[in-house]
Amino acid sequence: MKPAPFEYIAPTTVEEALGHLAEYGYDAKILAGGQSLIPMMNFRLAQPSVLVDLNKLAELSFIRSEKDGELRIGAMTRHFQVERDDLVAEHAPLIHEAMPKIATPQIRSRGTFGGSIAHADPAAELTTICVALDGRFRCQSARGERWVPAQDFFLGMFTSVLEPDEMLVEIAIPPMAPRTGWALEEAARRAHDFALVGVGAVVTLDAKDCCERARLVFFSVGDGPVEAVKATEMLIGKEVSPDLIRAAAEAVTDELDPSADIHASVQYRLHLARVLARRALEKAFARAAAPGTQAA
Amino acid sequence: MSEAMDITVTVNGEVFQKTIEPRLLLSDFIRHELNLSGTHVGCEHGVCGACTILFDGMPVRSCLMFAVQADGHEIRTVEDLGTMENLHPLQEAFQEAHALQCGFCTSGFLMSILPVLEGTTDLSEEDLKRAMEGNLCRCTGYQHIRDAVQLAAEKMSSGSES
Ligand SMILES: Cc1cc2nc3c(=O)[nH]c(=O)nc-3n(C[C@H](O)[C@H](O)[C@H](O)COP(=O)(O)OP(=O)(O)OC[C@H]3O[C@@H](n4cnc5c(N)ncnc54)[C@H](O)[C@@H]3O)c2cc1C
Ligand code: FES
Ligand code: FES
Repeated sequence: MKPAPFEYIAPTTVEEALGHLAEYGYDAKILAGGQSLIPMMNFRLAQPSVLVDLNKLAELSFIRSEKDGELRIGAMTRHFQVERDDLVAEHAPLIHEAMPKIATPQIRSRGTFGGSIAHADPAAELTTICVALDGRFRCQSARGERWVPAQDFFLGMFTSVLEPDEMLVEIAIPPMAPRTGWALEEAARRAHDFALVGVGAVVTLDAKDCCERARLVFFSVGDGPVEAVKATEMLIGKEVSPDLIRAAAEAVTDELDPSADIHASVQYRLHLARVLARRALEKAFARAAAPGTQAA
Repeated sequence: MSEAMDITVTVNGEVFQKTIEPRLLLSDFIRHELNLSGTHVGCEHGVCGACTILFDGMPVRSCLMFAVQADGHEIRTVEDLGTMENLHPLQEAFQEAHALQCGFCTSGFLMSILPVLEGTTDLSEEDLKRAMEGNLCRCTGYQHIRDAVQLAAEKMSSGSES
């Protein structure tokens, strides 16, 4: 099918873009990479009357690190740029590892980091990873700006705290603590498909090789990123063993409430969640313990 | 609403000026406004890859862009490869390795693989798979396409590029 008619605006500054969003409110939609919005418009699931295209905002396309090691990614930075960036590989290896799993190369040439976050797809890798890494998002409107922690950003399926006049402009990822390991595990029908279930793990070991912190955040099992808090609490302060990891991975089932679709039943999704959680924790703890992860 | 807009686009080295509606998809612009019907449309939601073109050198889904967004940009379509008499080595390789049956998917595959081979012809098995991963083919079972990419890499590295 073809999209319904709309008015097209392509501002060249953020300020100008915010002015249009303030003026049109709910009638307007932001167009970033278009790799989620245009399919929805082609199906007429979305029929915005005004499109504000951000593709001319060069100022929103950047990757840099702050003095304290915090990684900053502009909202319009495209997936392929993040995928190939050395700073990202060094400061946020979990993001680096996830990029090839997102869609296909042709979609990564257009799709943007900010678009993926703002779209709040419960099956998206980057939303989950930003929660697992304690990321923050800078949101701007003509009224001002605010930083929102990734944990508080996602409200439900395709829904975030963003107001209609607000724009996500920047993503911040704090530096990883010493002795931190990470892993992303997912199961999809084909390599580039949205995952049936996926999980990101970030763990930190203390000086005595005990687990100091652990995060286990799932995608494709609920309305948004879903954190298994109780399962990871079982690990804190303990010496990590294969049995302990297995027990924590088994426990995730109590905290997940996935739904069934034509691709997977509830039971199958829960089975995948347990297996993937175990693999992710094993990999993450092995990385945390490996020499070379000592330095921040 | 939806006022027509003027755009200037370079397609396969030629400059085109057109007046179009903002909702016109780039794939439809290429096919219906420029009459370049080598770019195919399968699914119109980014899944099949038949509509793949090069946009400023990068492979993209032309069904997931609006033609207005191409204003001032450069596009290459499958018509920019060889001619019937003088095929591009990549096209030759597809023919020789039997990499197509109905041919619906072929132009998309060619445009996805072309930038990879123009970057390097020294491809690992993993690179070969990566180069093909964004396109669907319902006929060949992919093995012949994989063989064709390898053959094309050999042809292009031995400098037989037209
Ligand atoms: C076939 C296919 C497979 C895919 N597979 C995956 C996958 O496996 N994993 C995955 O994570 N993604 C996948 N995607 C989605 C892809 O990653 C999208 O690029 C991404 O989700 C949206 O980014 P975009 O820049 O294209 O946003 P758009 O499509 O332009 O926008 C998406 C939504 O976010 C809003 N928006 C965009 N930018 C901003 C902003 N800066 N501020 C406020 N609102 C904004 C838009 O208004 C719109 O509502 C797939 C897409 C396709 C077509
Ligand atoms: S028609 Fe564009 S990807 Fe299928
Ligand atoms: S040759 Fe028929 S779809 Fe590929």
